[in-house]
Amino acid sequence: MSAPVITFRSVTKNYTLYHELRGGIKNFLFRLPKAIKQIRDSSYCVLKDISFEVGSGETLGIIGRNGAGKSTLLGLMAGILRPSAGEVEVNGRITPLLELGGGFHPDLTGIDNIMLNGVLLGLSRKAVTRKLSEIIKFADIGDYIGQPIRTYSSGMVARLGFSVAAHLDPEIILADELLAVGDADFNKKCLDKMSDFKRSGVTIVFISHSMESIRKICDRVIWIEGHKIKMAGDAGAVTGAYKNSRPAI
Amino acid sequence: MSYERRLSHYLDLLTVLFLKEMKVRYKSTTLGYLWSVLHPLAFAFVFFIAFKVVMRVQMEDYGLFLITGLFPWQWFANSVGLSPLIFLSNASIIKKIRFPTNILPLTTVLQDMVHFVLSLPVIVGFMLFYGKSPGIAWLYGIPILLAAQVLLTYGIALIISSLNLFFRDLERLTGIALTLLFYFTPVVYSETMIPEKYRYLVYLNPVAPLMISWRNLLLNGGLDPRLAAACVVHGLLFFAAGTAVYNKLSWKFGEAV
Repeated sequence: MSAPVITFRSVTKNYTLYHELRGGIKNFLFRLPKAIKQIRDSSYCVLKDISFEVGSGETLGIIGRNGAGKSTLLGLMAGILRPSAGEVEVNGRITPLLELGGGFHPDLTGIDNIMLNGVLLGLSRKAVTRKLSEIIKFADIGDYIGQPIRTYSSGMVARLGFSVAAHLDPEIILADELLAVGDADFNKKCLDKMSDFKRSGVTIVFISHSMESIRKICDRVIWIEGHKIKMAGDAGAVTGAYKNSRPAI
Repeated sequence: MSYERRLSHYLDLLTVLFLKEMKVRYKSTTLGYLWSVLHPLAFAFVFFIAFKVVMRVQMEDYGLFLITGLFPWQWFANSVGLSPLIFLSNASIIKKIRFPTNILPLTTVLQDMVHFVLSLPVIVGFMLFYGKSPGIAWLYGIPILLAAQVLLTYGIALIISSLNLFFRDLERLTGIALTLLFYFTPVVYSETMIPEKYRYLVYLNPVAPLMISWRNLLLNGGLDPRLAAACVVHGLLFFAAGTAVYNKLSWKFGEAV
């Protein structure tokens, strides 16, 4: 493995529970001592003392049940969340692949949203303009590109979102469940594009519940359960163990 | 990223978000501009009826007096009134993408500033109707007051929008506070009408010097240097306070929105 681009050193993430605050200012002021104590004490642990590295050009899969902390892990990598303890180090430009076009505005057209999303993700306006036709071609949603996003199906939104992110010259891609809504055709296109990235040395962190796509593109997999890394290693072995651990339904 | 690269990206981001707001506000309505002018005019009409026609306030050109005060107030009130929701309504991007989120309230304030500037011709139209004309002091007075109001409004909006992520009922409080502030600020009355012994209270109100200066400038073409200085000082103070609150809280936005 080459030099790590993402390093987690005994990272712990607790979420403060804001429910006392959500009771509003009135509650907060009338019960000030209690409220402050509650903020101090009431935290919910998601990840505890986690350490791992992602090497340059590696494709890492992250699996685990709902609520295990997979998205928290991505948030920490993207620099949106701060660890409560420990250290996260990232060397390189992060490109998050937003599920369902998270950064889109429903009333704007596809083209306007490409510009908005591209600049939000770090490109200059000039660069987005230069890549516009390429992005539109890859998304392949026809005349809808000039229509407001609210008229799109969720699959079309996902296409556009992936298409924007895929044309950003990414260094590190964070993908959270991006294949959940596209049709088979587009999912194949996405996986192909991911394989392209992989070949050109882009580092990819990939969250999915589809063990099949995890096995298809990931070199290594981390399985998160009970605030910890339950298992890490070869994609086939970890996904196999994860599948077997599932309670039979 | 180098400093220049960051600055140019910040400007690109500001442009894109600004255009987005513009398009969203004016989507499918060519009357968009008219709406932003109509609101303060309707207000002016209501106060004119209440105070001039019904209560017979003794003041020259009271209609124009109202208009020159209400337009800048409308800018302030719109931006501050919207501020509790600024971060909440952008939750989906704040949760996923790392970018300087303080650009969002700035966009809102600049947006409302542009609407105010675009409504200046309407104010001039009313002035001509009342037999007055713009003064030479507008040339330097308008830029100074615009800058002071951007600083002040942005600072307040930054405080409210940040705190509202943690105290969600701040939104209601903001509405009430704006109504109170409106009547405590000399907008529909003049500061000289306040009884002498209470007059000093007006200067505790950070918005008052600004609103008084705007009206003097637009109505009489004059800018009192001491009032103008007070506007700028208030602006800088609130800008600093807003930035301090934001810096203290912004790292938690990702989990609080």
